[in-house]
Amino acid sequence: MDIHEYQAKKILSNFGVTIPRGGIVYSPENAENKAREIGGSRWVVKAQIHSGARGKAGGIIVCNTPLEVAQATDKLLGKKLVTNQTGPEGKIVNRIYIEEATDIEKELYLGLVFDRSSESIMVVASTEGGMSVEEISKEKPETIIRSKIEVAVGMQNFQARELAFGLGIEPDLIRRASDTIIGCYKAFSELDATMVEVNPLVISKQKQILALDCKMSFDNNAMFRRSQVSELRDKTQEDSKEIFASDRGLNYVSLDGNIGNIINGAGLAMASMDMIKLAGGAPANFLDVGGGATPEKIVKAFKLVTMDEKVKVILVNIFAGINRCDWVAEGIVDALKKIEIKVPLVIRLAGTNVEKGNKILKESKINYIEANTLEDAANKAVAALNK
Amino acid sequence: MTVLVDKNSKIIIQGFTGKMGSFHADEMIKYGSNVVGGVTPGKGGSKHLNLPVFNTVKDAVNETGADASILFVPPAFAADSAMEAADAGIKICVAIVDGIPSHDMIRIKRYMRRYIKSSKMTLVGPNCAGIISPGKSMLGIMPGHIYKEGRVGIISRSGTLGYEAAQQLKNLNIGVSTSVGIGGDPINGSSFRDIIEKFETDDETDAILMIGEIGGPQEVAAGEFAKENMKKPVIAYIAGLTAPKGRVMGHAGAIVSAYGESAIEKVEILKECGITISKNPSVMGDTVKSVLEKM
Repeated sequence: MDIHEYQAKKILSNFGVTIPRGGIVYSPENAENKAREIGGSRWVVKAQIHSGARGKAGGIIVCNTPLEVAQATDKLLGKKLVTNQTGPEGKIVNRIYIEEATDIEKELYLGLVFDRSSESIMVVASTEGGMSVEEISKEKPETIIRSKIEVAVGMQNFQARELAFGLGIEPDLIRRASDTIIGCYKAFSELDATMVEVNPLVISKQKQILALDCKMSFDNNAMFRRSQVSELRDKTQEDSKEIFASDRGLNYVSLDGNIGNIINGAGLAMASMDMIKLAGGAPANFLDVGGGATPEKIVKAFKLVTMDEKVKVILVNIFAGINRCDWVAEGIVDALKKIEIKVPLVIRLAGTNVEKGNKILKESKINYIEANTLEDAANKAVAALNK
Repeated sequence: MTVLVDKNSKIIIQGFTGKMGSFHADEMIKYGSNVVGGVTPGKGGSKHLNLPVFNTVKDAVNETGADASILFVPPAFAADSAMEAADAGIKICVAIVDGIPSHDMIRIKRYMRRYIKSSKMTLVGPNCAGIISPGKSMLGIMPGHIYKEGRVGIISRSGTLGYEAAQQLKNLNIGVSTSVGIGGDPINGSSFRDIIEKFETDDETDAILMIGEIGGPQEVAAGEFAKENMKKPVIAYIAGLTAPKGRVMGHAGAIVSAYGESAIEKVEILKECGITISKNPSVMGDTVKSVLEKM
């Protein structure tokens, strides 16, 4: 789960990270007042969307008067921002963060992630703040320094100090810099985060160490014990079909193609998508109804896939194990009584009681194309598309 | 593979009296697995499915001599249960449960470092289908009848894609020595490399089919291990050619976040390691067959 920049800043500031003064607003009037309240003579108006690279997309505006702050807010609110991370449809701006402008002396990069190779938490830092970590690793890999943290004892002061010195931070500021790094580590480990990124982490002309932009992501599997974090979810930043799916226990990812998929198991779903591509088609979605493929899940899956107007063919591929094919077939027949399908439907069942399952489908009145193997299913789906 | 489970493995079910635990315990017993009891804290002393229920894993081990366990406890309690099993002297533990927080998985793995190698439990999963040695024992939730007895080892992150492979092999009259589902999470108990190493020394396995997917470093690590250390042939299929970068594809671990984690990159690296690639998921069986014929 992702959260907004201002939410991440609030969290990190609770862990001892210094952030510029700022506040969230929802209207231009609000924004003007907020700028006066913050004080100073320059402000930054920042569109809050779940994406990086907002600056290049025009989502970050520097202003010199409270009136300009109001105008910039007016311009951004309700707008859809398209960045290189949002896809062509962009993301809607419903919240604006107003922040005092910072006189930057130096921009640094600080990131924390899980390292899957060493199964530990990795802190990554670089002197090249302001660039994305991908750009840094491509263009200035020699500036990247890393520190692996032993989670059983947590991050130690010396590790933070080593990083701070490695970033070339002057001796007077090392203590503040280490506290900042350790604060980020604590937020990561205590809140079940999967990513904390402060980019840039800046040293201001006034010799403050400030988190100028922050991103945090959290482990969805840990939300049962992080109610305060899960409350920060902003559904306006998510695909509506993906919200429908996640609320119903389905794993769904919206894609660009036109063959809708209903499959049990994430691996089998990816494999079926691969077969569609090899057959010359393109999947409209990834959809895993779960290994069990219960009738309730199948009804929900049909609802979801038919919500997508791009879908011109639906491919159902279920490998039934403990849940037998006959049971799955009954679920499909039942689902199709409730939901009308206007596009060709290809069904491939495999596994336990496959003959019985196919018999139930045949004897029902549903209009479908039967397929036997993964390859057969993909070929028939693509052929149905071209008819 | 006798190094993980065999006919003599004494199995206990953690989360025995719950719906999932009861159902799958029954399936395992029907398959012929030697289930000797289960654990549900607070229900010790009672009977379930005609088998004894214990309060703690230690009690179960002391009374029954259990050396294998399978977890059907909810995600919030799963880490605790896995560590309890490790401490009670269980040798192999399968965590079926989907939804264990990654921070908990790291904690489990750190906790297990306190044991010396000879007494350290092998954890398989979480978010997996478990282990089956056809005709011998099933410590998992797979449909046992789709596996024919034989000499090909299967390792898969995905459950249903592993079933698909077993079915394709069976249709070609090829059997399986052991199939291990290592699960779809970013941090898991046993990696491809851990299991592939066990297959290399298993005298009941001739060749290994590895079914990977996008995300994480484990397929590549296994490939490099195979190149340096293995004599048995390895066949691999990597799912997710069409998966977009940066998105989680169902499995929490199926996300491309670094170089070498996409399907195309993994396939290229594995080829360089001398591994035979199954070009698509519908020819996993055929690819294994052609490799076996060349042996």
